Parts: sequence; structure tokens; C-alpha cells
Amino acid sequence: MSLLELRDLHITYRSERGDVPAVRGVNLAIDPGETVGLAGESGCGKSTIAGAVLRLLPKETIVEGQILLDGQDVYAMRPGELRAVRWTSAAIVFQGALHALNPVQRVGRQIAEAILLHSSHSKRAADQRVGTLLERVGLPASRARSYPHQLSGGQRQRVLIALALACEPQLLIADEPTTALDVMVQAQVLELLAELQRDRGLGLLFITHDLSVLTSTCERLAVMYAGRIVEDGPSHDVFGTPRHPYSAALARAFPTIGDPSSRMAPSGLAGDPPNPADLPSGCPFHPRCDRAIDECAQHDVELRSVEVGRSAACIHVPVEVGRHG
Amino acid sequence: MGDGVLELRDVSVTFPSRRGDVRAVDGVSLEVRPGEVLALVGESGCGKTTLIRSVLGLEPLAGGTVVFEGTAVTQRQRTLRDLRRRVQMIFQDPTGALNPRHSIYDAVAEGIRIHGIDGDEPTLVAEALGRAGLRPAERYMPRYPHEVSGGQRQRVLIAGAIALGPKLLLADEPVASLDASIRGEILALLRDLVDTHGLSIIAVTHDLGLAWNIADRIAVMYLGRIVEIGEAEDVLANPQHPYTQALLSVVPEMQRVEQQILTGETPDPSRIPDGCRFHPRCPVVASGEAERLGILGRCTGVDVELLPRGEGHWSACHALP
Repeated sequence: MSLLELRDLHITYRSERGDVPAVRGVNLAIDPGETVGLAGESGCGKSTIAGAVLRLLPKETIVEGQILLDGQDVYAMRPGELRAVRWTSAAIVFQGALHALNPVQRVGRQIAEAILLHSSHSKRAADQRVGTLLERVGLPASRARSYPHQLSGGQRQRVLIALALACEPQLLIADEPTTALDVMVQAQVLELLAELQRDRGLGLLFITHDLSVLTSTCERLAVMYAGRIVEDGPSHDVFGTPRHPYSAALARAFPTIGDPSSRMAPSGLAGDPPNPADLPSGCPFHPRCDRAIDECAQHDVELRSVEVGRSAACIHVPVEVGRHG
Repeated sequence: MGDGVLELRDVSVTFPSRRGDVRAVDGVSLEVRPGEVLALVGESGCGKTTLIRSVLGLEPLAGGTVVFEGTAVTQRQRTLRDLRRRVQMIFQDPTGALNPRHSIYDAVAEGIRIHGIDGDEPTLVAEALGRAGLRPAERYMPRYPHEVSGGQRQRVLIAGAIALGPKLLLADEPVASLDASIRGEILALLRDLVDTHGLSIIAVTHDLGLAWNIADRIAVMYLGRIVEIGEAEDVLANPQHPYTQALLSVVPEMQRVEQQILTGETPDPSRIPDGCRFHPRCPVVASGEAERLGILGRCTGVDVELLPRGEGHWSACHALP
């Protein structure tokens, strides 16, 4: 059974100016020990998915389709069940490490609180576990007595990872966990995540716009655009030989140093990622696509199988008879 | 040295603090040539932003000289005013840098008015918008910042800068706040300004891929000093300083090289280590290599200047031949 399975997931935000479809039919599964990268830019729906898995979205948001954690439908759970699942089945590491921590509480207390809430540990056992967790993420146990502002950005990110690991979840969702960090600190955090994944067999859903980071951390990659997955496959294939023009453009935005074709040749896309409240007709990527033909403005294309384990949603990918997406 | 657009001679900037002076920039000498992009690379706190601010007189110098087009910059109002026309700064976040109540026309015209640039204002604004890739300019002039995209806002800022006919652009992380797919377009515009209009650019960045994309030369900063400088191809293909080597090894695409992940973070510039300032984090020291080479005493005790390592390539390291 998959750790996490999204089945035809649709998520629509309600706003005064009308409904905003943020996620429009996403299918995705993560098996135990698997690392999956979800790539995309602002407004593509990737963080909405992260929030939906633990039901952290605003109450009035419309969620259709299914989110199965360990086979259980998250949106069918009663509050008690949901509380049990948060932290223990799946936990999230957010981007803004400064804002996710309580500024007036020592970090050790914050981690202990999560442990006490979700397990039968005694207070002393919880404190011990805090020390172990901090050491696990490369911080001295004495850091438990620090307040968030006394830690550097990288250390705070490590504290958030320790917090996420507090109840031994099977699945870790990391939403832009390294975006605010310097390159060297980013490398430290990525190494830590890779280690945890390897040693503990953790499932990892890694969300970021940085395709190069995803390629070096994840086995599989799904690229999102305008609320849908437009390409899915093994990371190195998607990054190296992308089949959707959007993944290709995103891959070119992260040039390989030493590659003569990108030297003095920055490559980008005209226009901006689309506003989810006002999506273009047909394939939502067509206004920015250099391979668009007339049909693209009329018909949207579903994910099509490219080869075993790879699919892309583009009219230029030939339809294989009898085997869709 | 001599025919550069900008020359920094032993520039230092210090900030007072309770623990004594913080040497944010600690003796930097640098020349920017006409028509080149120089990438200034380093991690937060290395002094790269302070350095380019000091060029505009926004940070008082504790030592050294800034020479712009052959003339030493002083704190006199008239020189500074002229300098601030000829040297323009482009910031990381275009949304924060634009006044939301000013139309795009006004955003570009503001500098023209302040500096009393000769010519017909609407023509100058239209020309600048066009050169920044906002065409037809008339369509963009009446709009407000929130009515255009993030990439277009950055183009408005660039138009405002080039409307004043600068010789040098100081671009502080010019694409870091933009979506990945639109960064390339802005970088291509910056490169084009250099190639077709003869501007020079100092691009402050933490992104070595950006340097590969647009820079002629790269200067790597660590704790207030330049530790390596050279032609971009040389620095990236054949990095000489262990810090540059480490930075390059952690670029996610560089999977063929073994990662050298440095521990800790850039140390506090109020406590610059003795000897080579990089030695507490240096892999050459940590691996015992420095001791085998018999230079450990110098690494920990003797400060090191930039030393020549090839044609136009300099590195501040004791460990090299």
C-alpha cells in the first residue's frame, strides 16, 4: 500500500471574487521509502497539495477526489483520527523556519510538546527524546535551551526537521525547506534529509521550484503547471530529456555549469505563470509555449504515457493505443 | 589597472558594534572593465552587498579609495550626485522597490526629473522602456506596478536605471525573487545591455549558474575579502581556492564532483579568524593536507593576499604551488 495516494484531487479556494481552482485533477502515489519531487512555480498548486495532505487548508476550501494516508481518506477522518495521523503518519517541514517556531518558547519545549501530545512518553522521557532528535539533525542536545532567534537560519531549519521527526512519521513533506538558505547550508540540510530517508526508510515528498535540487534528492519528479501535473517520471530523465515544453524551459533555467550551450546564453520563458483564477483556454501553457499549435488553445491535454514510468501532458507526445497516463 | 570604469583600491567598510568594529569589507581591490559583467559571488554576510553600496557612497569607507572613470569619489554632494546618475543600482525585489501609487511612466520619469536629464521627457521614458523590452512603451506607461507581471516590474526598474545613461549597473541578486522560468529573460536583457550599449555590470549573486549564464569574470568573496577572481571559465572550470571549490561542489547539478559540504556557517565578521580567514572551515586544513604540505602554521598564523594562479586568475590560499 502506498504511504500517500492522491486520487483525482481537485482543490478550489473560495474567495469573494469567486472560486479559484488551485489543484485540478492530480494523481500521485508515494511508496514507503520513496522520494518524490513536486516541482513548479508560484501559484501552480504545489503548496496547496502539501497543506491538503494534513488538512491544513482554510475550512471553506473545496476538496474533491481523495487523499489517502496509509490507505485512509484524510478528508473522511473525524477530528480525533486526524490528530493521531498528523505528526505520526505524516509531518511537514515548512519554508519559513523563523515563522513556524514560537519566538518566546525554547525550541526544546516546542519539540517536547509535540511528543507529549502525540505519545505516552513521560515528561522526562520526552526531554530525553528531544536531545536525541536534536543530535539526529546535527545539533548539540544543549540547543534545546535556545530560543529561535538565538539560532542561525540553518539551525532553525534543522530544529523544524527535528520537530517533524518527533513522532516518527512514515512520510515527511518538505515544502521549500531550503529556499531561504545559503548554498552551503542548503547542501547541509539536503544531506541530512537524504540521510534520514536512507536510514529510516522515510517517504519524502519534496516540494520546490528548484528542479536541480529535486533532481539531486529525488528518484521521481512530477512537474506541475496551473494546478496539474504536466510531466512525471524518473528525475534524471525529466531533467535531462524533458518531454513537456514547460519542464524543458524550467530545466533550462538551471544551467549546468560547464555546458557550452548555456554559456552566455540565459534561457527563460516570456510571460508569467498564469493566475489560477483566470486560466488560459485549452492547454494553460499554450500562451508561453514555443511549440504551441492552433489546437493547443482549444483542447487541454491529459497526461499521456511516454514510456514505461514516464508521462507528459502535451499534444506533441504521441498517443499510445490502449495505454493512457 | 587604469582604464577600468570602476576601480576599488583597498576598500574597507566597518560597522561599530558592542564587541568592537565589524569589518564587513576588509581590504578589497577590484577593477571593473568597460563592457563586462562581473559576478560577485558569496554567501550571506560575506560583505558583497556592503561592498557595492560603498561604491555609491551609501556606506562610508573606513579605508581605501573608490575611483570612478578615473576620478576618486569623495563625499562631496556634487560628486556623489553625478556618481549616482552614472552608477545605477537594481534591487532584488522589484515589487518593494516600486511605489504602488506611481504609474510606470512616473517610475521611469522620476530619475530623469531628479537628475535634470536633457531632452523630451516622454521620449526618454519611451526609449528606456523599449530598451528594457517593454514594447510598445505607450501600452505600459499608464499602468501601475500591480497591473504587470513580476518580470515586467523588474524591467521597469531596469528602464528607470538606464534612462539616466549610466556606465555601471550594480545589480543585487537581480533575479533571486523572480520565478525560475522568467529569470532567463531578465538575465538576457542585462547581458544585452552590456553587449549592445557598452554598460558594465556588477552582479551580486549566490548563484554560480547565473555567473555561468552571463558573467565575463567572477570574484568570490569570503568574510569581507575577495578570495578568488578570474575569467568565469577559469574560475568555474579550474577553481583554485578551496572555498570556491566547495561552493562549486554543492551546486546540485554538479554530481560528477565529490561534494565538499563545509560545516557551520560563515563566521561572524566581528571575529575574523587569525591567519587565513578561511582556515577554520577549510577542507585542506581539516583533511590534514595542509600539515602534510608543511603549511599548517602559515594557514593558522599568516594572512594571505591574492596570489597569481594563471592569466588574470588570482587566489588567496597558502596551499597552492
